[in-house]
Amino acid sequence: MHLQLGAIDYAILLIYFAFVIGIGVVLRRTVSGTKDFFESGRSLPAWICALGFIGANLGAQEVMGMAASGAKYGIMTSHFYWVGAIPAMVFVAIFMMPFYYGSKARSVPEYLKLRFDEKTRGFNAMTFAGMTVMSSGISMYALAKLLNAILGWNFHLCIVMSGVIVLAYIFMGGLTSAIYNEVLQFFLIVLGFLPLVMMGLKQVGGWEGLVAKLQPVGTQAGFAPTAWTDSWAHTGSAQANPMGIEWFGLAMGLGFVLSFGYWCTDFLVIQRAMAAKDMGSARRTPIIAAIPKMLFPVLVILPGMIAIALHNSAQGGFNLPAKGNSLDYDMVVPAMLSHYFPTGMLGLGLTALMASFMSGMAGNVTAFNTVWTYDIYQSYIKRDGTDAHYLAVGRATTVFGILASMGAAYAAAQFNNIMDILQLVFAFVNAPLFATFLLGMFWRRATGHGAFFGLVLGTLAAAIHHGLSLPKGAVAGLKGGWLGNALHTYPSEMAQNFWTAIYAWTACFVMTIVISLVTRQLKSTDELRGLVYSLTPRAHETGLVWWKQPAVLGTIVLGTTLLLNVVFW
Amino acid sequence: MHLDVRLPIGLMFSIFGTLLAAHGALADRRVWEQHPLRININLYWGLVLLVFGIAMLLLVVRGRRKG
Repeated sequence: MHLQLGAIDYAILLIYFAFVIGIGVVLRRTVSGTKDFFESGRSLPAWICALGFIGANLGAQEVMGMAASGAKYGIMTSHFYWVGAIPAMVFVAIFMMPFYYGSKARSVPEYLKLRFDEKTRGFNAMTFAGMTVMSSGISMYALAKLLNAILGWNFHLCIVMSGVIVLAYIFMGGLTSAIYNEVLQFFLIVLGFLPLVMMGLKQVGGWEGLVAKLQPVGTQAGFAPTAWTDSWAHTGSAQANPMGIEWFGLAMGLGFVLSFGYWCTDFLVIQRAMAAKDMGSARRTPIIAAIPKMLFPVLVILPGMIAIALHNSAQGGFNLPAKGNSLDYDMVVPAMLSHYFPTGMLGLGLTALMASFMSGMAGNVTAFNTVWTYDIYQSYIKRDGTDAHYLAVGRATTVFGILASMGAAYAAAQFNNIMDILQLVFAFVNAPLFATFLLGMFWRRATGHGAFFGLVLGTLAAAIHHGLSLPKGAVAGLKGGWLGNALHTYPSEMAQNFWTAIYAWTACFVMTIVISLVTRQLKSTDELRGLVYSLTPRAHETGLVWWKQPAVLGTIVLGTTLLLNVVFW
Repeated sequence: MHLDVRLPIGLMFSIFGTLLAAHGALADRRVWEQHPLRININLYWGLVLLVFGIAMLLLVVRGRRKG
């Protein structure tokens, strides 16, 4: 597939670049110290933080990956939102934000130091820093590869260009600049992809038409005719649905462990909420973010479902390119763009796609420079520098982070399985971490040794489970089974992932409790105040109108999500 | 001084909207009739973007008056 751009498409792209960098230039004057650069001076209103919160997460993996999953698995992909993200976002807002925002911590690893000890913080800071650089590099690589494939642009030039633009606006305006751009990118992504969905839906004959056209897709794959359009109905057995997972693994693995692990402990998103101007705004941030997030399946999953329906019914000359024996699902979005968008709109669509890559990258880079400067440099390298010194270090780290990301992008080009490795590391590291936070925040007896060794053993449990199991049809190696004969074969990679997370979380949860009970709590009650639920005064948002109260907003969001699950059961 | 984020958003979408709508309005009929849905999407979506951009700019003005 090759797209031809016209002058107007290039104009749109260039105007976008100008605005992105312009925001950095204007905000440069507002950065006078580390608090401005890393924490936006804790001054932003809730709605801006909320759009930054989802913007940072709305990376390319989400836009391209969810569309690919929509084509491959159908509406079950929406579980990533309606079981996964939304409940976790409401939970972090109501129960965890008071500790993040209310404590003196400036980052997630720093919270771990205050609550537990230095080694737990160090472990989290190092793994997190490594993961952000890798993620941002993979984002860069994916962008360059895509632009090279569909536009014929030079791969190296794409890497340098995306790196320089992101560097420019973070270097100048710090976190505020990244968040402002995420807000801009959020609107661009929504307004860029919405017409795609509307036109696609019109062509397949609305929702009813889509359901009818997806029936042969379900039966040809050996499932029920409605397998692509029912989200829960076929989860009684792992063999009855395209995702290869049953309801328990789904609800526990994805809904509980993986989603809560990501939304509640990943500094990339938490950093956006911590930039809010007050506690009420910080708590509202994830909930306001949950409102558009709840509707995102329409924007990112539906195009995939429409694409496979059109492809299968050979309607209107739409075809997905092939890759080996199957379809190249990653090309869903580019194929839809080229089908529905003429020159002009194509520029808008491509700009939206680029915006998603950049916001994902910038989110990682800002989280990286903060954790590096506060949790590694200031803790282990130079403790007594001036604020101006740490600001300079933060800026230098931004340059270093971008260069390291470029390195990771080239590494990704060398090893085509680096994406799998990253996902593996992510599942290994994030899933047990949620157990650590849960116990740290709600059980004052949890000790530093308990947290650290629980975390290590949880990660180990993930590795052992992964080493002893395999997804169907895979050979032993990176996909699992590297510890000898696989004891269990899962119907899909996703099922294996969910169960790896469940084992890791359970091991960390149980071992942290056991080790905490046999070790001494070294933190005094005073030290734990503001960090543990039972020792922290409840936040009373009296005087706030009802629609600004986190509990009320959270209940509305959860109720609506429940309704969506029922409607698309 | 803090930049109102709605200002760049409003400006950018107003420019995008104007460009697209003008491009669509001036386009040869035969070009957009080849579209799978036979609609002049550049013109219509350009107008949507323009309305969105102007709405954002109005919010900026209102915010300034309040502030």
